[in-house]
Amino acid sequence: MKSVLPILMRKEITQFRRNKVLPRLVMMMPIMLVLIMPLVTQMDIKNISVVVLGEDRSLLSTRIESHLANSDYFRMPESAYDYNHAVELMDQGRVDLIVSIPAHFERDMRNGHGKPISLTANAVNATKGGQGIQYATQTIISAVTEIAAESGLSAEGGLSVEGGLITVQNRYNPTGNYRHFMLPALMIIVLLLVCTFLPLLNIMTEKEHGTIEQINVTPVSRWEFILAKLIPYWILALVMIGFAMLLAWAVYGLVPAGNPLNIFIGAFLFSLCMSGFSVTIANISNTMQQAIFVLFFFVIQFMLLSGLFTPISSMPTLAQWLTYAFPPRYVINIFRSVYLKGTLFTELWFDYTMLFILAAVFYTLATFTYKKQN
Amino acid sequence: MMIVLIMPVILLMLFGFAISTEINEIPIAVVVDEYTPEVRRDLTALENNPYITLTGIIEERDVDQVLRSGKVSAVVMMRDGKRNVVLDAANSSMSVSAGSYITSILRSGTTMPLSVTTYMRHNPQLKSAYNFVPGVMGLIFILICAMMTCVSVVREKETGTMEVLLVSPIKPIYIVLAKMVPYFILSLINLATILLLSHFVLDMPISGNLPTLLTLCVLYILLSLMLGLFVSTMALSQVVALLICAMVMMIPIIMLSGMMFPVENLPPVLKQISYIVPARWFIEAVRKVMVEGLSMSGILKEFSILCLMTIALFAGSIKKFNDRLE
Repeated sequence: MKSVLPILMRKEITQFRRNKVLPRLVMMMPIMLVLIMPLVTQMDIKNISVVVLGEDRSLLSTRIESHLANSDYFRMPESAYDYNHAVELMDQGRVDLIVSIPAHFERDMRNGHGKPISLTANAVNATKGGQGIQYATQTIISAVTEIAAESGLSAEGGLSVEGGLITVQNRYNPTGNYRHFMLPALMIIVLLLVCTFLPLLNIMTEKEHGTIEQINVTPVSRWEFILAKLIPYWILALVMIGFAMLLAWAVYGLVPAGNPLNIFIGAFLFSLCMSGFSVTIANISNTMQQAIFVLFFFVIQFMLLSGLFTPISSMPTLAQWLTYAFPPRYVINIFRSVYLKGTLFTELWFDYTMLFILAAVFYTLATFTYKKQN
Repeated sequence: MMIVLIMPVILLMLFGFAISTEINEIPIAVVVDEYTPEVRRDLTALENNPYITLTGIIEERDVDQVLRSGKVSAVVMMRDGKRNVVLDAANSSMSVSAGSYITSILRSGTTMPLSVTTYMRHNPQLKSAYNFVPGVMGLIFILICAMMTCVSVVREKETGTMEVLLVSPIKPIYIVLAKMVPYFILSLINLATILLLSHFVLDMPISGNLPTLLTLCVLYILLSLMLGLFVSTMALSQVVALLICAMVMMIPIIMLSGMMFPVENLPPVLKQISYIVPARWFIEAVRKVMVEGLSMSGILKEFSILCLMTIALFAGSIKKFNDRLE
């Protein structure tokens, strides 16, 4: 007996091509996400506006000031005459960080006591405040170390300079390019959106138009019906990932350090997972709007909680456990590891297995929730 | 629609608790050639540090393998009295912090008595929630409100009842308003639960005055409902309207609103684009009112921009609504 699968698939592809919006949208997504969005993902805070209050008119305080002025991270557009004035400027949003060097700081430091340097940051944005303090401290330490080395202070004053005793080596992303870290994750967003929203809306359209009932009365089995709907999206997902990888290579010069096949296997398993998930939601929803609400509820969690933007390791333990049920968690790890570190397939077995298990779970759910009779 | 009432609550709680950029429990491994007193001292220092989890001592040849498989984020090599910190810099922003934590711990043995005190204004504990709760509010309100209203007009078009509405003597402005009222009431309930939860459960301060905050939020809700309505009058089918509101708008709102990535760093062109993202202005204003405690005069700019956007969207929807007959 001839299978109806190819015929059904042809119907789906024709419907997709005839749609005015969908093909354009599908083309635009990787371009927008892979081409433009990496420019946004810049965690490094630059242009921190800093004010130095130097009551100590010593060599040290001028040195600290010039180190800050020469740093990429800081700029000094404002000046303040005292601390209260500086705080006022901060509240107006014109200053992000105040460095205040107390009077006689250099002299007191040589004696090993005295008031500390105080740093005040506007921490409404915790990341920005924290980073500003961190960079400023590093800059001050390097200025102090420099002065100490010049004056031979290290010998008597208890200021020791490590002279290269501690070295730091950055592996896998030596230039520290945050965009290279985000690019693989942005590709996942493309997959995540295409493999959930499009199949869901496709099935819900059939439901709302009533054409799903016509299919239900034919001898087409439910598996053939669902497969015919999903296979085009799986292929589409792989094509889009390929396209996105080409874009990343052409524009940002990013090529996978490992085997690209590992990426495709991950992408394929992930699209299996997500499309199974969206079929389940389509099965239990009555209207298109309801289905979209439910899907949106999950997709936004997948986006914000699977380590895409913020590290999973900084979440509370309970939330970390929750992320084990999120398929993007695994595929993001696969993409990033293979892309940047060249991790081998065997080293990522856990992620591949989990994706496979989750796919199996979602398809089981999808079969149970699909009813031919309503 | 229970889900519309429950969803924002669950999302706010989840994101408020879980999203954090604080870096703690960095897993590291150590390579040691000889147990000198200095090495022992450094090992204890690393073990006792709350930000670092020492997973074990490994052989030198395994360094690449443990880093590559992601078991640890850094390896400290202690050889010949020298310390070499090898970082997994794939996540460059995290590795910078990890690197500076580790070097400062290693340095502490031989410290310099340079003392620095730090003050974190408005947010002394550096809570990420202060940053993310306004962000999540901005995201949830606009998407949920827009998703609620975006099918309203287009569904009438699909089912053919639009013609009936258009030939009736009711003015379009009343039809548009009537379509919004139920969703507006729903959103007000959402607003109340979200504000109560973020204050009492997520410990968000409300430093500014409450009426200002409420006015701002109500304006934003109106804007979001209008946005949905506008999409609805433009779109030709429910599928397109929902895709635009749920999928297409989600990305710019997350990326360009200053919720995840600081707006100041954007390249000039993207910065221009971010000016038309309503969430950007809302999030900025909410931060100012809730955390910094500014009053209405402090957020006048953001407030008037949001007002203008609402009026423009309202006018746009009414206009589109009128010339629907072909």
